[in-house]
Amino acid sequence: MRQDGRFGEFGGTFVAEILVPALEQLEGAFLDAQEDPAFQEELGALLRDYAGRPTPLYRCRNLCSETPARIYLKREDLLHGGAHKTNQVLGQGLLAKRIGKTRLIAETGAGQHGVATALTGALLGFETLIYMGAKDVARQQLNVFRMQLMGATVVPVEAGSASLKDAINEALRDWAGSYEETHYMLGTVAGPHPFPLMVREFQRVIGTEARAQILLAEGRLPDAVLACVGGGSNAIGIFSDFVPDAEVKLIGVEPAGRGLHTNEHGATLLKGRPGILHGSQTFALQDSHGQIQESHSVSAGLDYPGVGPEHAHLQATGRATYVGCTDTQALDAFQELSRAEGIIPALESAHAVHEAIRLARATKEETVLLVNLSGRGDKDMVQVQELLSS
Amino acid sequence: MTRYSAMFERLAQEKAGAFVPFVTLGDPTPELSAKVLRALIRGGADALELGIPFSDPAADGPTIQLASQRALQAGVTPDDCWDLIAGVRAESPDLPIGLLVYANLVVSPGLDSFYARAAEAGVDSVLIADVPTLEIAPFAAAAERHGVAPVLIAPTNLSDERLEVVASVGQGYTYVVTRKGVTGADDSVCFEHASLLAKLEQAGAPPPIFGFGISKPEHVRAALASGAAGTISGSAVVRHIQEATSDAALLEALEAFVASMKAATALS
Repeated sequence: MRQDGRFGEFGGTFVAEILVPALEQLEGAFLDAQEDPAFQEELGALLRDYAGRPTPLYRCRNLCSETPARIYLKREDLLHGGAHKTNQVLGQGLLAKRIGKTRLIAETGAGQHGVATALTGALLGFETLIYMGAKDVARQQLNVFRMQLMGATVVPVEAGSASLKDAINEALRDWAGSYEETHYMLGTVAGPHPFPLMVREFQRVIGTEARAQILLAEGRLPDAVLACVGGGSNAIGIFSDFVPDAEVKLIGVEPAGRGLHTNEHGATLLKGRPGILHGSQTFALQDSHGQIQESHSVSAGLDYPGVGPEHAHLQATGRATYVGCTDTQALDAFQELSRAEGIIPALESAHAVHEAIRLARATKEETVLLVNLSGRGDKDMVQVQELLSS
Repeated sequence: MTRYSAMFERLAQEKAGAFVPFVTLGDPTPELSAKVLRALIRGGADALELGIPFSDPAADGPTIQLASQRALQAGVTPDDCWDLIAGVRAESPDLPIGLLVYANLVVSPGLDSFYARAAEAGVDSVLIADVPTLEIAPFAAAAERHGVAPVLIAPTNLSDERLEVVASVGQGYTYVVTRKGVTGADDSVCFEHASLLAKLEQAGAPPPIFGFGISKPEHVRAALASGAAGTISGSAVVRHIQEATSDAALLEALEAFVASMKAATALS
């Protein structure tokens, strides 16, 4: 390994020894590609012509217009595939080609990363296999069908709690036997080195664009940047270029589920403690013995008992602040943005929207808030319809 | 002399290899698990390799995943596991006992607490499935502070640089993995690792014990013939617990299975 993959005391490479060479190969390919103009050009062209970058920065006309706050939305929901996930799968897909892999495997919770992996497989010509918790397969049938339409095989995972964390375990098991021809397309800034670094760099484009766009629109930096945090890739993506701007608050919004006082949430940074999960030293929701606990969130994309190690570091250093948003608050924000602006956010992104609305209504001073609208709500229609009618 | 080196010395005199069964502690219940451990010893186990049940065993195949699930559903905690080990240690003072665990169970109580507890219960070695050579330093240091041997895994794709770490940090034995993938019982096994064994020996690594896939007496013979000092069998042992029809039948079957595997360790 050329780097140790640490973010302060967090990160690292906690995998079975047999996977170390595959991670080393991936790290080398990634670091080389970062310096390779031909790679950057090919990725840039795909992001532009295939995925639709740059995405707009939109200033809300109506949402919280009665307050002294101006809320800007970074429109990752308009990206091809329906969410920010597409940014980084294209990067990883090109890398996998460079190192001669012919097969992609990935985990997915709600199915967004599975869809993004499936579209990459179709575009770049990989055999694609998606591990998805059996519970998620049952409740996200539409995304399962989308993946299959694009040629991917979806494997329901019955082991453990049959959810996202078990899908990751199953992908790791597959990879331990298949790494020679297979690339593991991990979907977030979690996992062993180099994934947290690599996925961050492929998602950094969100913040790079947004920073230039808001400087153009406002002539100054925002007061705060907000994003939802499950594994944390959309948040890292929009935070990274603002990290050196000490005056800009970085606010990550974790799923508080049925409340932080209950055991039914996915607020890993707020309620978990340090541990080692899925290859990385990070925060995890766990019992007093170190058994990983099941998380809960109305949004499957945030329903994960771990979190990317860089978020643990940003919290430890105080550079970023993490807050919670309950299922009910997220549902309210989901409807409020839909009605105010005609934009239906993903339930995940609605968590960040809720916190922006709360801050806007609490402030008495002129405030500029930048929200990463990480995905669109199409995938959530059936679920929200059921929730609102019950 | 450690229990492992005493065992290898005895086996050299007996002209035999080691047979080491693996089970998950507390599977299916703490009470029956205590009897399972005794049955393995009665069958002729030269050492025991024991797991502490974990919620997310990402290096294990279905059989050992289910063992963890059964134990966790029975409410087994690390304290129950320490009690089970202490029970074996009291009855078998010379038997080498190794632990095979996941990193979060080691960092959760804190490294020093974990290794102190292991030493107190009578554990000889600890292998952590998801701590590779790259990350082993603080774990190995804590193990040494408490007189516990760190065991490392040597897969066939181990680089020379990391093989040096296995040789210099590893103690007790070297866990050689002769195929890709996760734990599980195979129908057929193939050992093609002559260069790995030669390099391990040259670098002064502890004796090689083969794991992953070993489920039949002929696998044991093939492994020993190709240079192993012993074999570990996990899924094939645990499968008996999964398929048991009664406690008595289970204990009888386990004892017979271990005896059949041990019988295959004689070096001709």
